Amino acid sequence: MPDEPLVLGIETSCDETGVGVVRGHTLLADALASSVDQHARFGGVVPEVASRAHLEAMVPTMQRALDEAGVTLADVDAIAVTAGPGLAGALLVGVAAAKGYALAADKPVYGVNHLAAHVAVDTLEHGPLPEPAVALLVSGGHSSLLRVDDLTAGVTPLGATIDDAAGEAFDKVARLLGMGFPGGPAIDRAARDGDAGAIAFPRGLTAPKDLAAHRFDFSFSGLKTAVARWVEARERAGEPVPVSDVAAAFQDAVCDVLTAKAIDACRTHGVRTLVIGGGVAANSRLRVLAEQRAAKAGIRVRVPRPGLCTDNGAMVAALGSRLVAAGVAASPLDLPADSAMSLTTVAVAG
Amino acid sequence: MLVLALDTATPASVAAVAEVTDDGMRGLAERRTVDPRAHGELLAPQISATLDEAGVRLREVGAIVAGLGPGPFTGLRVGLVTAAAIGQALRLPTYGVCTLDALGRTAGPGRVLVATDARRREVYVATYQDGVRVGEPDVCRPAEVRVDADRAVGEGAIRYSEVFGLPIDERVQFPPGAALVALAADRIRAGAPGEPLTPLYLRHPDAVASASRKHVLQ
Ligand SMILES: [Zn+2]
Repeated sequence: MPDEPLVLGIETSCDETGVGVVRGHTLLADALASSVDQHARFGGVVPEVASRAHLEAMVPTMQRALDEAGVTLADVDAIAVTAGPGLAGALLVGVAAAKGYALAADKPVYGVNHLAAHVAVDTLEHGPLPEPAVALLVSGGHSSLLRVDDLTAGVTPLGATIDDAAGEAFDKVARLLGMGFPGGPAIDRAARDGDAGAIAFPRGLTAPKDLAAHRFDFSFSGLKTAVARWVEARERAGEPVPVSDVAAAFQDAVCDVLTAKAIDACRTHGVRTLVIGGGVAANSRLRVLAEQRAAKAGIRVRVPRPGLCTDNGAMVAALGSRLVAAGVAASPLDLPADSAMSLTTVAVAG
Repeated sequence: MLVLALDTATPASVAAVAEVTDDGMRGLAERRTVDPRAHGELLAPQISATLDEAGVRLREVGAIVAGLGPGPFTGLRVGLVTAAAIGQALRLPTYGVCTLDALGRTAGPGRVLVATDARRREVYVATYQDGVRVGEPDVCRPAEVRVDADRAVGEGAIRYSEVFGLPIDERVQFPPGAALVALAADRIRAGAPGEPLTPLYLRHPDAVASASRKHVLQ
């Protein structure tokens, strides 16, 4: 449809510089530059390194996105940018760039919520989102359960991690097992040859007393420590560490809690659609377990392809497209980057 | 040719519009807001207001000049990415100039120390002879600055005036837009190719390669 909004999306909340172009629900371009290799030797994302990389990558990534989509800035209806949550200095590069493009091309700018964008990106693959839906967003930076009644109006947080993000736990355990950064893909690979039942690792916040106060919250810090203790005890005893079994048992503990709580949230809220997003959504065990449990509960699971689960510009453009279509007002030109942006804000109001 | 100049390397967000002619230049409008934490919020509306005041539309501008710093990184990047984005969108050449040079040029004749606040009890410094820089800009503690000047300018010089022991010209604290444009005027007149705006960080990122893993068993 030619009258569907053409929206450009800019993402710089962590270590990926992303520029995406979306028309309606159709993805036209998704250009990405990552500084992940520069962070590897530090075992985690270094904010200043990420911010410097965003500045260097912004113009070339924008150019690739426009070329790939075959459009110019003059063609777009709006520019959407991640305003938060994320790393403050990193967010600021994207927000300032978006304003520069908006000023130059005389276009409205939408400062949007990164987590809502993780939900919106699924519409590029699976079409309009049936609402209400529950979303499970899991990555190195976030672990959240949300209820989505109207993606363009607001999102209700149901629960979140009270300590480490799920992806962070993958990174830390991978390091413990001598694997590289990021840890998610390495653990997933090693776990294929392992026996998940070989070791019983704890499931955080699943005991009855924890469920009373933290029914939809997560905790991965205790699990990470339990894995460290187990591995160290083996090493002290001079026994080899069964890396594949540890990886499989750890991965199973994480995915068990994530999917159990996500399905519980759907049931409790009478919701029949579960969207999973974020980098950890690429985990093979998480996908299988979510499908199995959702099928039993009569719930439909929607997971975008791995390239759209991790941070990218397409997700921001996808949310921007929804906002423009819904007639939501654009953000003001003094729009701030907000590292702790609340989920109740989908787009910074004008 | 109409030129837009931006600088966010000091607590000031600076936006200016000037006209560069064959034999000179004249400033049309300039706005400056001093808030070290608000470059990201202030700069874009300020560009808009400065253009309005000058009666100039952005698409009439022919070149962009940006202060490359040195300056505190987060704020510095706001000006540079904004300039780069506008330049890319309108296919305009972008020219980078050293922010300290704009202060040194403004300070005028004589031997002048330019110092801006680098935070963490450090300053960005350079020395100028009759408005022209002598040597490379540096970042260091005020006490480590080799003072070889008759007076000092810049908000770093005011903050650490007792350390430098120089008379201070308090009128020159932040880089004026006209000075930024003047520093690039020859290149603008010659129609020189623009350049990527590479910040003068002068410091490496604070990051320590992760040590061996911590033990959890006692
Ligand atoms: Zn994310």
